[in-house]
Amino acid sequence: MAQEQLVQPTAPTDGMPVPKSEVQDEHTHGGVHDPNLHHSPEQIKKEIRVYLIVFGALAVLTALTVYACYGLKMPVHIAIGIALVIACTKGFLVAGFFMHLLSEKKLIYSVLSLTVFFFAVLLWGPWHHFVDMIGK
Amino acid sequence: MDAHAEAHEHVLEIPYTVHPRPDTGLYNAKLGIWLFLASEVMLFGALFSSFILIRTAAPVWPRGWEFLNVPLATANTFILIASSVTVVLAWANLRLGNLKWGRIFIALTLVCALAFLVNKGFEYTHEFKEHRFPSTSNFLAIYFTMTGLHGLHVLGGVIVFSYLLLPGAKMWKTDRARYTNRIEVCGLYWHFVDLVWIFLFPSLYLM
Repeated sequence: MAQEQLVQPTAPTDGMPVPKSEVQDEHTHGGVHDPNLHHSPEQIKKEIRVYLIVFGALAVLTALTVYACYGLKMPVHIAIGIALVIACTKGFLVAGFFMHLLSEKKLIYSVLSLTVFFFAVLLWGPWHHFVDMIGK
Repeated sequence: MDAHAEAHEHVLEIPYTVHPRPDTGLYNAKLGIWLFLASEVMLFGALFSSFILIRTAAPVWPRGWEFLNVPLATANTFILIASSVTVVLAWANLRLGNLKWGRIFIALTLVCALAFLVNKGFEYTHEFKEHRFPSTSNFLAIYFTMTGLHGLHVLGGVIVFSYLLLPGAKMWKTDRARYTNRIEVCGLYWHFVDLVWIFLFPSLYLM
């Protein structure tokens, strides 16, 4: 691939202040001007390798789900268990590596914690109903 | 341009489109997209919650693979996963300063998204030919609602990526960092669309 000039952090042109105190040794994703985001071609190429490995893992896990639940025609409760475990693993890979949640800013984690709480409340309803039904 | 006009233009500039805000450590669009995705989690979360409620309350529930097209849906899963990779590769190439490969990967993402929609179109057409409509059963109502809403999100991605691939790419000449950030933000949205499908596919087709 022919390479042009790297997108490098520059002095702000919008007159806005830049963050004063940032930890320089952490790898986070605050944008291309994030002082913590490494810009060296080697680092970016390393990231690309990770993306391709994650892609391979996602493809294998998809094939595994289909084989276990559709190919083997498993009973419903086993199919649900297998499919959910694999889906959660795939979700972790996408969110962690492609969406960079493994190395995000604290504010994003705060927003997502609140989201997870309300999502859990949403799922609590049907779970409560299910437990009620078993009780009867 | 006189000093007054220059000052006026400066005031109208959208702040922190490129540089992180000192208080959040993020540029505004990135925080914005995460807040949007949080609302999307609640939207799809409500639908999944309804799905579980209806399914656990039903005395009999069909298994999707008995009549839905699993091979086509599996192909669609691979297509969406591939598109998630192409969009991060586009972002990585733009960070390397390589617009040509960045655009090639955006175009590949677009092709994957369109292929997904075409496959979904085939699936819907087949269901309608078999006289299976949302009003036919609870399962089909949930199937069409959730896959339809997801399909609309894919369509939204197609529109945004088309813009960024063609007229929007002009920004590369004037503000590379901002264009690169735009691809990152759209990529986050696209990964979320992929994430939803990762849970929709087994829930509707395989269980």
